[in-house]
Amino acid sequence: MSELSSSPPLLQVDDLIVRYPVKKGLLQPRKHVHAVNGVSFTVRRGETLALVGESGCGKTTVGRSIMRLVRPSSGAIRVDGIDVASLSRRQLKPYRRKIQMVFQDPYASLNPRMTAGEIIGEPLGNFGIAHGADRESRIMSLLERVGLGRSHFHRYPHEFSGGQRQRLGIARALAVEPSLIVGDEPLSALDVSVQAQIVNLLDHLQQEFGLSYLFIAHDLAVVQQISHRVAVMYLGRIVEIGETADIFRAPIHPYTQALLAAVPLPDPRKRRTIEPLRGEVPSPISPPSGCAFHPRCPLAEDRCRREVPRAQEFQAGHFAACHVMARNNQYAALQPVTA
Amino acid sequence: MIPSSPTLPLSEPDTVLEVRDLQVQFETIDGVAPVLEGLSYKLHAGETLAIVGESGCGKTIGALSLLRLAPSPPARITGGAILLNGRDILTLPEEDMRGIRGNDIAMIFQEPMTALNPVLTIGHQIVEPLMLHKRLSRAAAWERAVEMLRLVEIPEPERRVKEYPHQLSGGMRQRAMIAMALACGPKVLVADEPTTALDVTIQAQILALMADLKRRIGTAILLITHDLAVVAQTADRVVVMYAGRVVEDASVFELFENPRHPYTRGLLASIPKLSDGNERQKLEGIPGSVPPVGARPPGCTFAPRCTLAIDACRQSVPALDSVSPTHKVACWAVMDKTSKKELERAIV
Repeated sequence: MSELSSSPPLLQVDDLIVRYPVKKGLLQPRKHVHAVNGVSFTVRRGETLALVGESGCGKTTVGRSIMRLVRPSSGAIRVDGIDVASLSRRQLKPYRRKIQMVFQDPYASLNPRMTAGEIIGEPLGNFGIAHGADRESRIMSLLERVGLGRSHFHRYPHEFSGGQRQRLGIARALAVEPSLIVGDEPLSALDVSVQAQIVNLLDHLQQEFGLSYLFIAHDLAVVQQISHRVAVMYLGRIVEIGETADIFRAPIHPYTQALLAAVPLPDPRKRRTIEPLRGEVPSPISPPSGCAFHPRCPLAEDRCRREVPRAQEFQAGHFAACHVMARNNQYAALQPVTA
Repeated sequence: MIPSSPTLPLSEPDTVLEVRDLQVQFETIDGVAPVLEGLSYKLHAGETLAIVGESGCGKTIGALSLLRLAPSPPARITGGAILLNGRDILTLPEEDMRGIRGNDIAMIFQEPMTALNPVLTIGHQIVEPLMLHKRLSRAAAWERAVEMLRLVEIPEPERRVKEYPHQLSGGMRQRAMIAMALACGPKVLVADEPTTALDVTIQAQILALMADLKRRIGTAILLITHDLAVVAQTADRVVVMYAGRVVEDASVFELFENPRHPYTRGLLASIPKLSDGNERQKLEGIPGSVPPVGARPPGCTFAPRCTLAIDACRQSVPALDSVSPTHKVACWAVMDKTSKKELERAIV
């Protein structure tokens, strides 16, 4: 996938593969789960890319690899042009300052024995960013940035509501002034009225600091709301990627189409009458041959069972990996052939 | 208010279940805190009634109370009545209650893996209530179990019936739990967040299945959920709860098209709506958060977050009043305006 912009992207992931060994019997051959099976994408400065898909598609593993919480089996993860996939722990430290994470469960990801001030202050100390009175004033301003108050400084996580805890998690991530925040389902544990508050907060922070977000999510209505581009994953691969408006207006891959058609609409006059997608996501231990989606795909033909489809550009910046749709791809036909 | 529908039903449809002023409190070493403060609603034959609300509104405790399964301690039912076909089940001895659970009122839960018994086969778990409640022979019950799995569209039911819960996928487990719940032909099916733990394509399958089963079997469904989109897709009527009380009770169309309570309006303004346009909508959200049980404010519990709050809201609890024959709301500000309009209309 070509990048036309002059400055290198903030994050560039190339052919990322993550395999986990599966322990079976002693004499059985060693099997692997291909959690991520050749994923490539970029995140530009100030952009929000959403990684969507159903459970087991590998979206969380991609996020964890970028955080280097998981060591990739192969592939490159370039942050500002430097490949961090194979760096040692010590080499990783400056890089960790650039990328921070916000987790799904704001309660499980905050130390219950630390006050809000200590939670936000810890990374400031770890990276030697601020000490003493300076640290305190930074913590106060971070608390205010995320919509909490000075009075929250000495409180413990259990004294906060779910939404406030998520604000605290965001403040902690912001403390080291990162360029990219990886959010693994940061909204899905929140009540809807609070979820909207956090969406707006993330939006403001992006505009204020020029942050990039990699947003791992399953709720497509939320994704449409917050992201500039969307990558749809199925069984360890990206099947479609493009501008949010293009993906939602004209989805190409049959899986993306099915996924969008399955989203319930909050309007009783628009009840879904279409036949839902049959079947379930197969096991990543023995994924189907060819296009992994073919057993559930209404368009599947012989070639889909044999050959893994490659991503093809259907519109400027809108790629999909589907043999059947590629046949009618007029955009590709119009492009000059380049070797 | 002028009734929105010109023809009023002469008699109310059959009420299968009525909850009347249900009061539940939590009793802990830290003290006593009210959880449900007067929950009332009616469930009619063959309809799907959705109870929606955010965490801490009491919707799950209310559902568990229908089966007298709310964990006690801390929960204790301190008042009200639950009428099943006119009979108050709160006064029944525990023995009679056992004849109702799974037989007249069945329940499906959010997480099928924790609700199913992992050491018993799916079939065993369907057969048990059939032999107990319906006095079927073992062979007849097994036959019925296979039939039930076929009904919920589980492929190869003859094989699946002998499998254990861990051998099924999440979606299949939820289907199995529905099969189990419907085996005895209950009058009421209580579904507590039945699709929340499922992926969106599987959720669509389960919602389609539930709609289809409702049409074919006619079981009344009480759907407990936080998801307004699921409500819009499946419910006939909706009860909106906030911090232990009902704030609005309306037909699904009235609720989505003409929400009256400020909380309901706030909820609807908070949900991102999938659209095929370019524009990003601005989500509004509701400032503040739900008060925890034990720290609820006096008067209307929503008043501290409400932009319309007037003095009356902070002092006394508004009653659930009709604004149309199929729409009730508990809000001082709304009733205040409504009565003013009525006055104006009367003067003109």
